[in-house]
Parts: sequence; structure tokens; C-alpha cells
Amino acid sequence: MQITDLVIIGAGPAGMAAAATAANAGLHVILLDEQRRPGGQIYRDVDRVAPIRGELLGKDYIDGLPLTAGLDHGNITHISGAVVWSIEEGIRVLYTADGRGGAIEAKRILIATGALERPMPLPGWTLPGVMTAGAAQILLKQSGVLSKNAVLVGSGPLLYLIAAQMIRAGTPPLALVETQTRADFLRALPHLGGALRGWRYLFKGLTMLSEIRRAGVRRYTSATNISIEGETSADGIRFIAGGKPRHIPCDTVLLHHGVVPNTQAARSIDVAHHWDARQHCFVPNLDDWGGTNVETVHIAGDGAGIGGAKAAALAGRLAALKTAADLGAISTIERDTAAKPIRRRIARELAVRPFLDAVFPPAIEATKPADATIICRCEEITAGDIRRHAGIGCVGPNQAKAFSRAGMGPCQGRYCGLTVSSLLAEANSATMDETGYYRIRPPLKPVTLGELAAMGGSVNSATN
Amino acid sequence: MKTASSFLELEEGRPLVPVWFEGRELQLPKGSNLAAAMLAAGVGTFRYTPVSGAPRAPFCMMGACFDCLVEVDGVTRQACMLEVTDGLRLSMPRKGRDVTDADN
Repeated sequence: MQITDLVIIGAGPAGMAAAATAANAGLHVILLDEQRRPGGQIYRDVDRVAPIRGELLGKDYIDGLPLTAGLDHGNITHISGAVVWSIEEGIRVLYTADGRGGAIEAKRILIATGALERPMPLPGWTLPGVMTAGAAQILLKQSGVLSKNAVLVGSGPLLYLIAAQMIRAGTPPLALVETQTRADFLRALPHLGGALRGWRYLFKGLTMLSEIRRAGVRRYTSATNISIEGETSADGIRFIAGGKPRHIPCDTVLLHHGVVPNTQAARSIDVAHHWDARQHCFVPNLDDWGGTNVETVHIAGDGAGIGGAKAAALAGRLAALKTAADLGAISTIERDTAAKPIRRRIARELAVRPFLDAVFPPAIEATKPADATIICRCEEITAGDIRRHAGIGCVGPNQAKAFSRAGMGPCQGRYCGLTVSSLLAEANSATMDETGYYRIRPPLKPVTLGELAAMGGSVNSATN
Repeated sequence: MKTASSFLELEEGRPLVPVWFEGRELQLPKGSNLAAAMLAAGVGTFRYTPVSGAPRAPFCMMGACFDCLVEVDGVTRQACMLEVTDGLRLSMPRKGRDVTDADN
């Protein structure tokens, strides 16, 4: 099999920008992505959708167009609909696409798998009609589908963006139930100076808030005791705000309290991670090019720590420059010269983050759920189950997995991992780093025997 | 299963094609995201969990949560990762633990 210079997993902003930069430097690049069209989640289907409802979605969405255009390069092979299920040392990436297995050998790999919604286990969050706010965004971007009777719950700027887009589309949300408090705001104030360097983001936030106010959408803040009600699907939400119990009948509940790096691929090849106390998530240990403890592996974008789409694209370019220099396509002087302005722009993009992280912290009742709340959606394990296992000596998430099956369902811990680790850390009075995270093993996504059998020519080199 | 959808679908002018889910005929926009189209057509429950039999529907829409599983040609697939094709025949994943036992 031919060995390509660089294989990139994920065609979001980081992956697309990296592919273009590496290709322009002369590298041969294979870009693998699960979706049919490039864009990742933030620019989902932007090529097709921008002309249809670009105005409704706003400039931040249309900004993805130059990135997808950059993929039109002779050195880039974009394999769409490709689900990566294993990464092997060497490097060999195994994937399935259109019912067939495939394998790619490469000298270097860039993991650009982006972010996942931070799990938000609240009573009733497994009911039909409850989705992540990100899911609502994807429904609107890709499919033009909006909930008619939705309540947005949690904290963070994404809630305001979705509310504003729903208002523009003529289906405003019924209410915003927000968990951040006045104390969070006061804690965030010292970061306001730094945030002013990213004033465009603050300005955008204030504009969206005034759009929400003008539309008459009610905002409740410091909400607590949130529970979603319904038998066969969500039909209402209860919470306490302003000292009063509230109930809002609704069909859809959209949850969001931040996004966290999707670390599955990196963890599966033993990239070291640590707990980031400011962002409340595990992030990979990286050098200032996105390099990891595994020499051939770089990580860029939100999978490296949450910085947003613009910062992700810039980080993708840095990792591509480093890779191009490592493989001798450009000199280190060329690399460093090109990197300098990129680093300045990244610093500007990230300036607002400490303020945002402090003003919109994760909702405490979802990071420390009540005993009866399901925390592992796949295996229907409750927070109480995990605490009980901690009580009989379970110290780490891999033990908890064996004790309870938490994290052993098809999502492989993507929507329970952080909760399980934080429940164990709290019960055992240990740090998140001491507690650790699930060991992630291939297959990263389910693969059928039929797909393996149809691996075709590549199977020979894959097994030799 | 809901009959009136709690979702609004912005018109894109895609031709509608028949798709069967649990024997019920749905008219869905060809080439659109299957999970989104099913939600817009009023499908409230996509499956029942193998553990407790609880109803589930799409949660993440990005291929990560596996809550939107449906069965296509005997294989359990994520509806949010499929496109609507003419004459697609879908059912809820069969009872039993074939889904969750397939990994780890």
C-alpha cells in the first residue's frame, strides 16, 4: 500500500485548515470524515446550506466556506462517510465507508475530532424530546428542522446563538432556563480585561441577548432543581428560579453546559491527557505545535481544548506546518516564519475564553447528579450505582466499568465518562488526574463483519 | 409514536420519497438526514432500550450517542448518520442485547 504523508481524522475547521496548509507545503494528505460533506459540526454541510439559509445561520457559519474551498487541491484526498474504528502504530488507520473497510498508512497523523457536548445528566434527560443544544444546531444547519416548543437549559453562549437563530426562523424558544449565577459573574469579572481583547465575541453575545429580549423570550437564571418530565417523551420541565418553583410545558428540551474535547481517538493510542481545571475537562498534553507524547501524532482544534472554530483552524495550520517541516517539505525557518502571525491570531481568539469559562461554568447539579439520575445512557446506570461502587472500594472508572457496565454500551463512554470520573473523584476524595478516565480501545465505532470482509485489496497489507 | 410533529421543517424543495418505519409509510425528503426527517415527520420514539425498555430518540445528531439506532436490512445503524433513500425499510432494533453486546 502507498504510504501517504499525513492522514487527518476530522474535516471540521482544524482538519480542513491543516489539510490545505499541508497540501500547499507539498505533502500528500488523506482527510477522513464521518459526514458526507466537509465542515465538521460547526460548519455542517456549509457548501450546500449557505445559499439556502446562510442569512438565518449568520456570518460565523458562512465563514466555513473558504475552508471547504481549500480542500480543492490535487494533494488532498477527502474520503467522506469514513468512520475510523482503529488507529495502529505505524501509522495505520482502519475505517469503514459505504459498507466496506479501508486502511491507510501514513507517516504522520493529525487528530482533529473536535468536541462533544458536556454530558448533562438531569432527571429525565434520556426521554425522547431531550437533545443536546448541539443537536438542535445540527438539525437546523443540515436539515432546516426546528423545534416548535423548546426550552433551552443550561449555560453558555451556544444557548443564546440557538435562541437567536430560532427567533430569526420564526419559532422562538419558550424560555431559557440558565444555571449560571450572579456569583459566577462576579468570579468572572477579573477576566473581563483579557476578554476585551476578544471584544468581538462579547459584542456578539450582547447582540444575541438583546435579540432574545426583543423577541420577549423569558430568561430564568440561577435555576436549580431542574427535572424533565414525561412518560413516553418530554412534556415539560420543572425547576426553581427566583425562589419560586416553575413548570413550563414543552415538547423539546435542549441541554447545554459547554462542550468538551472528544478524546476517544487520542486515548486509544495512549496519548497522555490531564485535567484542565479551568475548562472542567480532560485535555491532551501538547507542545505548542499540537504535538503529543506519541511522536507521529498531532492534535488540533477543540479536541485539544476548547477554543472555538477560528482558533481550531489556526491550530490546524500550526500542526500542518510542523508536520511539513518534520517531513522535510519546508525548512524550520519557513515553518517558524509562517507560524508567528498564526500564534498572534490564536492568542487574540483565546482571549475571551477565561471570562467565558468562569461566567458559564458547568451546572453543578449535572456534574454531581442525584443518586436516582441515569448517568450512563446506554446501560442505564445511575449516579447512585457509581457512588455505591465507590463505597465498596472502586477507585477508578475502569473498575467502575467492570462493576457496573457504565461506559460499555455503544457510545463507549462518550456521554458518561466525565460524569463517572467526577463521581468517583468526589466519593474517593481524589483529584480528577488521580481518578483518570476510561481506557479507550478499538473499535472506536462499531464495525460489522461484513464491512471487514469487504476490506478489499488493502486487507493484505493490513494483516502482513 | 407521535402523529403530529413537534418540529418545523423549512422547505428545501427536495422530492418526497416513501420510507417505511415499523410498517408505517412516511414521505421523507430524498437525500436528507434520516433522523432529522423522521423527527420532522412526527416519529417520536426510534427504539426501546435493551436494558429497561425505555423509549429513545435522537439525542446528539452527530453519531456519538447511539440513541437514534434503527434497523436497516437486519443491521443496527445510527439514523443520524444515514440519508433518506427511496423505499428504505426501517424497524426498531430487535429486542435482545445484540446491540450492546456487539462491543467491548
